[in-house]
Amino acid sequence: MTDKISFDLVSPERLLFSQAAEMVTIPGAEGEMGVMAGHMPLISTLKPGVIDARIAHGKHDRFFITGGFAEVTAAKVTVLAEDAVPLASLSAEELDRRIIDAQEDIATAKSDAEMAKATAALDHLRRLRSAM
Amino acid sequence: MATVKEMRVRIGSVKSTQKITKALQMVAAAKLRRSQQAAQAARPYAERISTIISNLAASVGGPSAPLLLAGTGKDERHLIVVATADRGLAGAFNSAIVREARRKLAELVAAGKNVKILTVGRKARDQLRRQYGARFVESYEVGNKTPNMARAQPIAARILELYNAGEFDVVTLVHSRFKSVVNQQPVLKQLIPAVIENAGPAPFYEYEPDEVAILTELLPHNIAVQILSALLENEAGFYASQMTAMDNATRNAGDLINTLTIQMNRTRQAKITTELIEIIAGAAAV
Repeated sequence: MTDKISFDLVSPERLLFSQAAEMVTIPGAEGEMGVMAGHMPLISTLKPGVIDARIAHGKHDRFFITGGFAEVTAAKVTVLAEDAVPLASLSAEELDRRIIDAQEDIATAKSDAEMAKATAALDHLRRLRSAM
Repeated sequence: MATVKEMRVRIGSVKSTQKITKALQMVAAAKLRRSQQAAQAARPYAERISTIISNLAASVGGPSAPLLLAGTGKDERHLIVVATADRGLAGAFNSAIVREARRKLAELVAAGKNVKILTVGRKARDQLRRQYGARFVESYEVGNKTPNMARAQPIAARILELYNAGEFDVVTLVHSRFKSVVNQQPVLKQLIPAVIENAGPAPFYEYEPDEVAILTELLPHNIAVQILSALLENEAGFYASQMTAMDNATRNAGDLINTLTIQMNRTRQAKITTELIEIIAGAAAV
């Protein structure tokens, strides 16, 4: 039995999740990373993707985020998500709507950075959609 | 002396006013609960983002620090963002915020600074337009729905656009802080350059990508978050203030109805007594 790490997921509008987890997988700017208790202190930006919190063996909570920040200390992971949705509540229609949103974002992007971000979000949404 | 008929009409009109204030009070009470929850739910995010920024700021210094953190190094051109509610009938809620804004404005103008205003909420626009209309850069409305990120984002984007275009040195936000249902306080908050709380010795962090890259993403986002939290606190404060104001108004209307009813009864009784005396006097004379 490993030590658990406390995991908070907050969006600007509310606190979505606050519980201890065995391991939290977050989509870091420079690659996915699995965070467990005793991790080195780290602050990272996040890409659009899925956060996977393993509460216990075989028990996972998954959230889709559109980007954000993560602060990791030895005992705690805090994810500040721009927008977060539990994956379980994400329906095919909802995904389709988000895909259209992302396409609009690409069309209206003013800067390269915005463009890159929207494209990454779209890619991810498409992958999620095809996995369904 | 007003006639009984006139008084009856008057009482009727006060009663219908009372019905309206009573209804508004109950609506405000119901909405207050929801907006209070929304304001509280948004707090953890705002708190954590400032902790992260403070930690980051401790390790980024000197010329590499982004403009939003370091400022332009000048203190000449100010932008005051005044956030109130769209609607009134909430006691001194809006005027208290506007008064605080005016105080700051007068202070800056007296110091010879170049001051511009951005308003969020119809009341801020209406109350400041006459005196400071020429200084307006933009006016936003709060809208009917509970403020969310989609509402705060365009406002933040506009502020950042102006700031990045080099229009301002300092940006200050004026809004109402929701302390409790009976206590809302107008507050000034400096948005740019970011204010760093001294969190003590920062833990040593690894950064991915590097500090500056994170800060350049985090700081603009922080502006939107600060605006959102201001809007949410404003909404909760607005309904709390409206509830209290309408409760008072309902009670005042009740008092007024009582006084008027007593007056009306007296007048009616006086008339009856006079008539009786006349009849008795007439009978006695026969």
